[in-house]
Amino acid sequence: MTTVNDALKTMDYGPSPEANDHVLTWLAHGKRQFGHFIGGRFVPPSSGEHFTVTAPANGVRLAAVAQGNSKDVATAVAAARRAGKRWAALSGNARARYLYALARLLQKRERFFAVLESMDNGKPIRESRDIDIPLAARHFYHHAGWAELLSTEYADYGPVGVCGQIIPWNFPLLMLAWKVAPALAAGNTVVLKPAEFTPLTALAFAELCAEAGLPPGVVNIVTGDGRTGELLVTHAEVDKIAFTGSTEVGRAIRVATAGSGKKLSLELGGKSPFVVFDDADLDSAVEGVVDAIWFNQGQVCCAGSRLLVQESVAERFHRKLKARAAKLRVGDPLDKSTDIGAIVADVQLRRISALVEQGRREGNDCWQPDVALPNTGCFFPPTLFTGVAPASALAQEEIFGPVLVSTTFRTLDEAVALANNTRYGLAASIWSENLNVALDVAARVKAGVVWINSTNLFDAAAGFGGYRESGFGREGGREGLFEYLKLRQGTAVRAPRSAGAKRTLTTSPIATTAVAGEPALDRTAKLYIGGKQVRPDSGYSYSVLSAAGKPLGQAGLGNRKDIRNAVEAANAASGWSAYTAHNRAQVLYFLAENLEQRGDEFATRLRTLTGSTPRAAREEVARSIERIMFYAAMADKFDGAVHPTRSRNVTLAMPEPWGVLGIVCPDSAPLLSFVSLTLPAIAMGNRVVVVPSTSHALIATDFYQVLETSDVPGGVINLVTGDSQTLATTLAEHDDVAALWYCGTRDGLAMVERAAAGNLKATWRPPVENGDWSGPVAQGNTFLRQATQIKNIWVPYGD
Amino acid sequence: MAHSLSPADASNATGPARYTLSAHGSARNPGMPLNLDRIESARVNLSAVERRAATLVTRRSVKKQWQAAWLIKAITCIDLTTLAGDDTPHRVARLCAKARAPLRSDLVSALKLDAAPTVGAVCVYPTMVRAAVRALGDSGIPVASVATGFPTGLVPLKLRLAEIRYAVDEGAREIDIVINRALVFAGEWQALHDEIAAMREACGDAHLKAILATGDLRNLRSVYRASWVAMMAGADFIKTSTGKEDVNATLPVGLTMVRALRDYGEETGYAIGFKPAGGLKSAKDAMAWLMLMKEEVGNRWLEPDLFRFGASSMLGDLERQIEHYVTGRYSAANRHPLA
Repeated sequence: MTTVNDALKTMDYGPSPEANDHVLTWLAHGKRQFGHFIGGRFVPPSSGEHFTVTAPANGVRLAAVAQGNSKDVATAVAAARRAGKRWAALSGNARARYLYALARLLQKRERFFAVLESMDNGKPIRESRDIDIPLAARHFYHHAGWAELLSTEYADYGPVGVCGQIIPWNFPLLMLAWKVAPALAAGNTVVLKPAEFTPLTALAFAELCAEAGLPPGVVNIVTGDGRTGELLVTHAEVDKIAFTGSTEVGRAIRVATAGSGKKLSLELGGKSPFVVFDDADLDSAVEGVVDAIWFNQGQVCCAGSRLLVQESVAERFHRKLKARAAKLRVGDPLDKSTDIGAIVADVQLRRISALVEQGRREGNDCWQPDVALPNTGCFFPPTLFTGVAPASALAQEEIFGPVLVSTTFRTLDEAVALANNTRYGLAASIWSENLNVALDVAARVKAGVVWINSTNLFDAAAGFGGYRESGFGREGGREGLFEYLKLRQGTAVRAPRSAGAKRTLTTSPIATTAVAGEPALDRTAKLYIGGKQVRPDSGYSYSVLSAAGKPLGQAGLGNRKDIRNAVEAANAASGWSAYTAHNRAQVLYFLAENLEQRGDEFATRLRTLTGSTPRAAREEVARSIERIMFYAAMADKFDGAVHPTRSRNVTLAMPEPWGVLGIVCPDSAPLLSFVSLTLPAIAMGNRVVVVPSTSHALIATDFYQVLETSDVPGGVINLVTGDSQTLATTLAEHDDVAALWYCGTRDGLAMVERAAAGNLKATWRPPVENGDWSGPVAQGNTFLRQATQIKNIWVPYGD
Repeated sequence: MAHSLSPADASNATGPARYTLSAHGSARNPGMPLNLDRIESARVNLSAVERRAATLVTRRSVKKQWQAAWLIKAITCIDLTTLAGDDTPHRVARLCAKARAPLRSDLVSALKLDAAPTVGAVCVYPTMVRAAVRALGDSGIPVASVATGFPTGLVPLKLRLAEIRYAVDEGAREIDIVINRALVFAGEWQALHDEIAAMREACGDAHLKAILATGDLRNLRSVYRASWVAMMAGADFIKTSTGKEDVNATLPVGLTMVRALRDYGEETGYAIGFKPAGGLKSAKDAMAWLMLMKEEVGNRWLEPDLFRFGASSMLGDLERQIEHYVTGRYSAANRHPLA
């Protein structure tokens, strides 16, 4: 027994356990066994099977939880479907009342949820108490507001329907809140599958839903492992899948949902850079590292796991960092003085250990403080690797543990290059007291969330989500709600399933009847790549026919190498993204001017290609000119927002272009559809690789002459004609294409979405029905939103 | 970089070899010539410091006998202070009696303490030093005197130095000086350094505690810079406030100063003491500051030779909380002798 005298000598903190008796009582009340929560009540799994959930800190069994099978999933989806109509028909105010009640109840049960979360997940009670649960409640409050405002703020939108939501084990209740709150606010109903390691707070939340009087079926919770998740993903009656978890599983979900018409948002892994410049407040940056990688045992998708530190301060910074890390306390998650709790499960601990071992074997310098670890349970000490080269697996692989890898840089440019040298793009933390430096890096880093002189700041009012293979879609804020909404008009995809018999393109000469008199001078339509007219790599051309089936000329038969060249040209044209919006607008206006000048020529071409009436052809040209002017006008007006998050802080939500965007055009309204797709993309600063309509390719090849006279820089618009489905496949597979818009058959879309899983590029099928490109849905903010992704930059200020 | 702090730089600048804080000796900081680079390269980010300060105290918790020990530790680090216009020798004598026996003897017995605690020092105006010295007798408790035109410092330097010498002559073993804030605003670091160095010289063997009046300085960069200037001028302690500014000791300010003294220690080998003062009222405040010291610079800074609280009313709450530990009942102020 430690006496006061002893304690006076050591001045230790001593144990400070958070009581868990209330949670134990709750567990005992349910006899430590849980069913699914379906249709407003707990039901046993139809298989009768349960799995065991244990506390990672000590291996103690917490409960047996239902293993969901296909019948359970089907029942839950049916319950959600049944509840959907009435839920969506409720007034926004009524839905707001439910969400407000959930927020309030969560707050009133905050300690219960915090203790349960720490027991189930192993995270320190300090974090569940001060971060997870308050943020979860905040999310419900925020979205109670959106429910209220939906009809005015999102007048053209309605709910998607039944949302299948699959959440990870690192922030179980918080991720539930991120999923459930916006879904409900927007009028959707939910089937949520918590992670099998950590289902307990979700089950407690189910009870909270009942306590709040939420109508049965609005929230359903089905527990189980990856198989259950897969059943949810593939269930035909689910309209949207929202997933947070590993990039590997995200990719599998992208493949599994390809062509299903399900809306999809993915929040995946990361290897986020933490950049420290020589003019940073180094002591504060050290604390930033603690909050970045030694928060939640490093099991954070946006963890600042790659430290990039300027050479001139690296030694000093590492010294400070080690001194700080030595103060971290690893141990009992329920002890109020614990900094690092338990790794969620043995399998994760083994994975972390293996990666660290591999890093050691590769010869990296590994440092761990001399901290005491508990004898049992899943614990791993804070770990720092210094001098890690980008070529090391440590610098590329997401470790998902308390392991930081450090690399030095010499210049700002090098810092940016290193920061972006990753497949991921979730978050970045930048430390410099020079605003010029910090904002320059913030603008150039490929990440959905950027924290300046801070890290891991979250708020329901700001969007969160990644670039690149960290996924797509945003959660939180105004931008996040779109993931749970669809346009009331025009979103039904009524594309034909397939194009019918495979189109064969005629690449051999076609004999035509000679026309009396002197022949017109032959015109050669080429591909247009990097601002140059180029012959197709294949050396083939195919005949383009009139509506009446007569040959009108030949278009180049582009192949995968042409796509490759076009993507390279588009990548090289990055200067376009750096143009001022005003300059882009000027180029676009000039484009409209030049198209108008040649309006008659395009109308004639349309008439012969499509067989439309002269009036309709003139009309299509006129609409196209208007559309160009619309996007010229929007180029400097589609702007971002400053989210109200923390005090003394601006959170800038900046729409940024994807970079290289692929566009596969439809056959309908070939000029207007081409313009409707290409112009919003380039207005926002993207460079595009466009596959024009195969059958009407000549309208696009005519168009490049307008491009050439309009000061559109080479590489901004690249045109590859040929078999559009074949070319779409190459584009969809291309890892250097960031997003792809596809107008075609449902089978084609399925193929594109499957292929897009490679680099997890965002794909989009524009919501234009029945080829009506003149209608209101074929133009507007929907296109601009799809042409951009939101980067949230957090800038705390004050002196 | 001009402010690169390689080991070679540090030893060139200061003489002693690099060392780690835990292994420091008790040698007194001799100060050094002003290193302007070190001042100008200072970077302190307010929001980040606030964030750390806010979570410092939520990351740690001390309960039961450990808490009792920490509360007693806090008592031993108090500069029991009276700095009021109505101070009299009798009032000071009463305060000194409390300084010698800050905790009721029955509580000392109940806690089975090896030794009854006494406070770190008694802090008074120069004219009260003699009375304090007399009252403290052979207790070993030092008398600290404010000086240099406390609390504003807006008195000619000659008089400020004379005041120090007076207080030392009266028997003060510690002098709490105030810095000239105008020199901070003007960035006249050399002048500030020279003034404090002159004060240090006037102190002789008495220890110099430099009050930065951080509430007047307004921003943390200035706090960090003024801390360094004071240390380079030979301060033994750096102290936040006089207690008379609008804003007294706050954790972000304290954190900034502690980081400054930690950097100074790493670069020179000298351990500098720290004293938050003003507005410290509760046992909870005491725990927060002790946690800050333990986390940022370690247990060595939980001892009264390197850490003090400038406080008067905080003691009462510490006594009540200790009694609560002993009896299990919440205590009342009237159960504990007044200062």
